[in-house]
Amino acid sequence: MNASQAGTQQGVTARQAWALIGLLAAAALVWLFLAVWPEGLVSWMGPKKTFVNAIFNGVTVAGLYFLVASGFTLVFGLMRNVNLAHGSLYLLGAYIGYSAANWTGYWLIGIAAGMLSMAIVGVLLQYFVFRKLEGDDLRQTLVTIGISIVAADLMLAVWGGNTYQFSVPEWLDGAISTPIITAIKSNGDAVYMKYPFYRLMVFVAAVVIGIGLWLILNRTRVGMMIQAGVDDRNMLAASGVNVQLVFAVVFAIGAGLAGFAGVVGGSVLSVAPGEDVRYLLASLVVVIVGGMGSVTGAAVGALLVGLAEQIGLVYFPTYGVVLTFIIMVIVLAIRPQGLMGAAR
Amino acid sequence: MSITDIATGPSAVDRFFQQLGAAPVILAVALIIYPLIVPGFFTFQIGGQILILGMIGLSLMVLAGYGGMVSLAQLTVAGIAGYGLAIFGINSVGIMGFGWPWWIAAPMAIALAATAAALIGLISVRTSGIYTIMITLAIATAFYYFVNQNYTLFNGFSGYRGIQPPTLFGLYWRDPLPFYYLCLASAALAYGLVLYGARSSFGLALQATRDNPRRMRAIGYNVTAIKVFAYFLAGLIAGTAGVLYVWFNGRISPGTISVAESIGILVIAVIGGLRHPIGPFLGAAVYVLMKTFAIDLIGAERFNTLIGLVFLAIVFISPDGILGLWQRLKPHLAPTSLRPHHEGRD
Repeated sequence: MNASQAGTQQGVTARQAWALIGLLAAAALVWLFLAVWPEGLVSWMGPKKTFVNAIFNGVTVAGLYFLVASGFTLVFGLMRNVNLAHGSLYLLGAYIGYSAANWTGYWLIGIAAGMLSMAIVGVLLQYFVFRKLEGDDLRQTLVTIGISIVAADLMLAVWGGNTYQFSVPEWLDGAISTPIITAIKSNGDAVYMKYPFYRLMVFVAAVVIGIGLWLILNRTRVGMMIQAGVDDRNMLAASGVNVQLVFAVVFAIGAGLAGFAGVVGGSVLSVAPGEDVRYLLASLVVVIVGGMGSVTGAAVGALLVGLAEQIGLVYFPTYGVVLTFIIMVIVLAIRPQGLMGAAR
Repeated sequence: MSITDIATGPSAVDRFFQQLGAAPVILAVALIIYPLIVPGFFTFQIGGQILILGMIGLSLMVLAGYGGMVSLAQLTVAGIAGYGLAIFGINSVGIMGFGWPWWIAAPMAIALAATAAALIGLISVRTSGIYTIMITLAIATAFYYFVNQNYTLFNGFSGYRGIQPPTLFGLYWRDPLPFYYLCLASAALAYGLVLYGARSSFGLALQATRDNPRRMRAIGYNVTAIKVFAYFLAGLIAGTAGVLYVWFNGRISPGTISVAESIGILVIAVIGGLRHPIGPFLGAAVYVLMKTFAIDLIGAERFNTLIGLVFLAIVFISPDGILGLWQRLKPHLAPTSLRPHHEGRD
């Protein structure tokens, strides 16, 4: 019994079985979160705090990955070009945001600078590069590779090989208590888990932006055009829409999101050379898993990849990447078009 | 050649040389006498490196040119052979190192790499076109992070050192001259096999699959098997190059197979040209020479900017690489009708 069969035909029993499995898994997860772990479980999986922290971190990272990958997947879905310079947009946004925040002293200005500058770079890329090579997938991709090589090197020249750390403003700093009990003290008091407030806010921001993207795509005229363009670009052009303008808008959104994620992510983790590759890999795996061109798919993929990465980091540190990789291979084996991707 | 041969028409050997023309013969002679007229640095550091990187580029050219599958994981395959050699053979790190003699360790490493290549192929042929780049790049990146993190198998960040080629027939094969000829022989063998393979029935089936997979499937070919086998064959070439690369460097670490280096192989193949097996070697020559001498021009740090700009220029101006440029300068070599990409793209 495999998922591809279950997904396609005579679903009722198979679907029920899957729903049951899903419910059981969800119940188990809720129990893992809420209950105070018995001794046996602690000795097997380590303290509860480690587990809950891994899940929280996974979700935070997933939020970041979603921000980066949603732009990537949108651009791909509409323009059929793989922007392998997307990781460079992330890192450049982070650097510019850092410099701006450092210079003005306001973190929010850093965010705006990172986002806007990348949106502009995105439009320029679309105008000067992709429009010139329209309809030639391979060359467009090769060009983005060339750009990422040059960009990485120039960023190294300007910002050096140092690791930068943003300081988050005070109102975002600090840790908050969560209602999750990690342990019971000997005197009977419950120990509640604390988690950095900023990281929670990253996830909240990702969710808000995700919902915003969904609303733009599904409830506005521009979104309608973008969706139509994803389905059939030529038909959209034929019905009188300025497709190039739509492309530019999408590119600006995608690149701007990458820049935004750069500043936000740089504040969670750090900004350093090599982060571009990390986020490019994350974007690639997220859209391969989630399905190209689907924002919902990007959300699902990001969640899977982020959780796999952080859980792997905690429970089998030297094989963590393999977990991410296995997810990708399994999805490719069962659904080559990705979990939410349309059949090609 | 005796005079009587002329009466009976040209022999097979004669016809072979007639078809070949003068250029390859001159090239072959030049490559053979090259190490005798240049200092050892040019033989080993430049000549050896060009041939090795050219071979890895050749394995990419086989997939991309004949199969239409642009794989960014070819250096990863070479790296798997390199790690395989370090693990099966002797290294000075004290981790793994089964101590097998080279004539078992090297073939096993190549076989391991080719098997890995076939597996990579099996994963990536699930999709096609531009997706291949994405999936193989993801595989290459994941493998890089994996070897970087994992200490029990791959000794993490520092990797393996002290991997020596054998001393055989009284020659130490890491000396410039023997090593150069070893690389040259391997590269020539790979090159010849690719030229031959492209005209074999398998090569033709592969090219037909590239052009129209649906039609090939309809007339009864197993398209997936053809593609995976192409990955396997390319993996043999890349694996051989990987073994040579480890002997060349004496060590292997994640840095050798980093994402930038993997993309470097694509740069090499594209700069040279993906239409003909000689292309990757040309590209490797440009790449290695620039890498070596760019220090004098722009400083060592900015090599990537330079090579990136050259790469961009090639992609914009001449999609067929240096070979394409050459063919445009020599219009009689290739009729315009055979070059569909060139109208109005400048």
